[in-house]
Amino acid sequence: MKVLAAMSGGVDSAVAAARAVDAGHDVTGVHLALSAAPATLRHGARGCCTLEDANDARRAADTLDIPFYVWDLAERFRADVIDDFVAEYAAGRTPNPCLRCNEKIKFSAVLDRAVALGFDAVVTGHHARLVGGRLQRSVDAAKDQSYVLAVLTRAQLARAIFPLGDSTKAQVRAEAAARGLAVAEKPDSHDICFIADGDTQGFLERTLGAHDGPIVDATSGAVVGEHTGSFRFTVGQRRGLDLARPARSGEPRYVLSIQPATNTVVVGPAELLDTHEVHAERVVWTAGPPVQQSFDCAVQLRAHGLVSPATVSVDGANVVAQLHHPQRGIAAGQALVMYDGDLVVGSATITGTVTAAQRSDVCV
Amino acid sequence: MPIRAPATDVDSIAMPYLDHAATTPMLPEAVEAVCAALGEVGNPSSLHGSGRLARRRIEESREQLAASLGARPSEVVLTAGGTEADNLAVKGLYWARRDADQRRRRIIASSIEHHAVMDAVEWLVAHEGADVTWLPVDRTGYVDPEALREALAAAADSVALVSVMWANNEVGTVQSIAELADIAHSFGVPLHTDAVQAVGAVAVNFAACGADALTMTGHKLGGPVGSGALLLRRDVDCVPLLHGGGQERDVRSGTLDVPGAVGLALATSVAVERQPASSQRIAGLRDVLIAGVGARVSDVVVNGDPGRRLPGIAHLSFPGCEGDSLLMLLDARGVECSTGSACSAGVAQASHVLLAMGASAVDARGSLRFSLGYSSTRADVDAALDAIGPAVERARRAGIASVVP
Repeated sequence: MKVLAAMSGGVDSAVAAARAVDAGHDVTGVHLALSAAPATLRHGARGCCTLEDANDARRAADTLDIPFYVWDLAERFRADVIDDFVAEYAAGRTPNPCLRCNEKIKFSAVLDRAVALGFDAVVTGHHARLVGGRLQRSVDAAKDQSYVLAVLTRAQLARAIFPLGDSTKAQVRAEAAARGLAVAEKPDSHDICFIADGDTQGFLERTLGAHDGPIVDATSGAVVGEHTGSFRFTVGQRRGLDLARPARSGEPRYVLSIQPATNTVVVGPAELLDTHEVHAERVVWTAGPPVQQSFDCAVQLRAHGLVSPATVSVDGANVVAQLHHPQRGIAAGQALVMYDGDLVVGSATITGTVTAAQRSDVCV
Repeated sequence: MPIRAPATDVDSIAMPYLDHAATTPMLPEAVEAVCAALGEVGNPSSLHGSGRLARRRIEESREQLAASLGARPSEVVLTAGGTEADNLAVKGLYWARRDADQRRRRIIASSIEHHAVMDAVEWLVAHEGADVTWLPVDRTGYVDPEALREALAAAADSVALVSVMWANNEVGTVQSIAELADIAHSFGVPLHTDAVQAVGAVAVNFAACGADALTMTGHKLGGPVGSGALLLRRDVDCVPLLHGGGQERDVRSGTLDVPGAVGLALATSVAVERQPASSQRIAGLRDVLIAGVGARVSDVVVNGDPGRRLPGIAHLSFPGCEGDSLLMLLDARGVECSTGSACSAGVAQASHVLLAMGASAVDARGSLRFSLGYSSTRADVDAALDAIGPAVERARRAGIASVVP
């Protein structure tokens, strides 16, 4: 096949491209320029968005002896990922920009353009497996990225190739070294690629400005503090609340919910974080035709962790998951991904939760 | 890793290479001269026999270069290429003029300058107290001399220098440099011109054109990359960028590059001598290319000014296409061209040249530059014509993916 390898400049995408070459595909490497004004040198933990990273990708392509280009996706990335990220926070939700980038950029803008230009598929270095067109977890549980890919439709997955899903990260690094790829020892990237200094709150503050509002205790209903922007908070957060009045019991308090309409942050004791029920919308059935009736599966509610067995009921594009084990720190805007073992059944975007606080009828 | 063998003669370049404005193959005689000089020892500043021989090579090269370009040998300041010469001219003239008269802080430059001039000007504005007037261009990329007169009249006694490129590297529009120099001089202001694309492609005579400083480089005309010159009139003060041993009139320190100078001078001499016939042949091929593309892609737009354009440049806009896509599709067919404005990231920014000419950002992105040179053949043009139709059709389907719908 004629395939396009998206090459970030990291070790994963370099080895993925190499394996595509070995598999006999006609591979062209493309680095996606996602910033209109990329920094010259890499700094901190991000590993994809500087000119140095573009050069790392170029050198990997040289080593593989494949053509290499840079595609400027900065405008699309700004509109579909960064602006969306900011708007979601402004609306009191906690978005996952990597997921959005996969949905809107890598497997939409890039894939569409690639197909139009005569390519059959896009290869990426994601740690996930595709078995018979169905998405599965990587064999490396710690590096598994099926969560941020679960938003892809079957049509998108049909044009995707993930050559790394059967390997652990350690194996990928060893293979990169054996192949003479200079990025074999390059550190993993972390955090959000478009926030260069890693300071998400500072980024949101610069973008959204200050919006003062109250912090309310769920058990007493009392205003226990002030905040300068609800975007500073994520459900389940404990640190940095800076509350004037301690809880009567002396127990630590956590963010239970964010209410954008009144710009209120609701806090309370840990046990009120316990979530039994998760509501989500815009369901995507990744593994097959839409599921009509309720079923049991495992749900994952964050990119890393928060996995529970659950019973999922379906109503059109909406799903409700009854968690068999209550979970804490579930934020609207994150994905609810449904798994049958390692197989991704589908995903949906979390809109709300029913917590112990709501069940006990306190003012969340 | 397979690397294409170096071309030993022009015929061995099988790839339809249509990117001569980026760089052009070295003339075989220049390769030979450079290689011979590489084998010789001697610092031109040394006083012994080896030094004297090296010095002789430099001075013979300087004389050869001067003779080719209508300059005096003492007006030739050897540099490591066009970017250095542009920076030396813009910054050096600005500093000298400002130091002589603190009021003279304004630089007047065309809005389609190469980044080597444009970014040097922007740097002076940001760090050295300069002001700038960017001269507008018309839809063909031409600077109306009257616009310069107006800009000079408006700024009266505060202008440090004028810089207008002889010919544009993207769309190929050739400016009326002699007329612009006359106007600048009538206000007592020196004029620099970046003639990197012009030398070897059109007739360039330093004395006749009246410019006070002129940038040229070797690798656009068959010489080695990394070797160029600033032609600088003897009566023009220029503050150096590089301080050191005081070589090149104390304007450009650094041990002189004998092989580079030899290759530069020889290639320039050959290119200038052949220029009248070569330009006619290249323009003919260019016109075949433009007509052929027009026959295959009905809505193609030809940019630049047909009446005053470099012979080798065909700058074309393909509505609905992304230049990046076209470049990739043509590259896959072995046809090598450019979107016209590469930067270090390899990301195509919308060209400031096309924007200055009034193009929209979308139109600017849908453009390709084919540039022909001395080694171009009818077969190169035919290969491009064979590939262009399907490439445009496909690129159009891909649309402009990077633009928000």
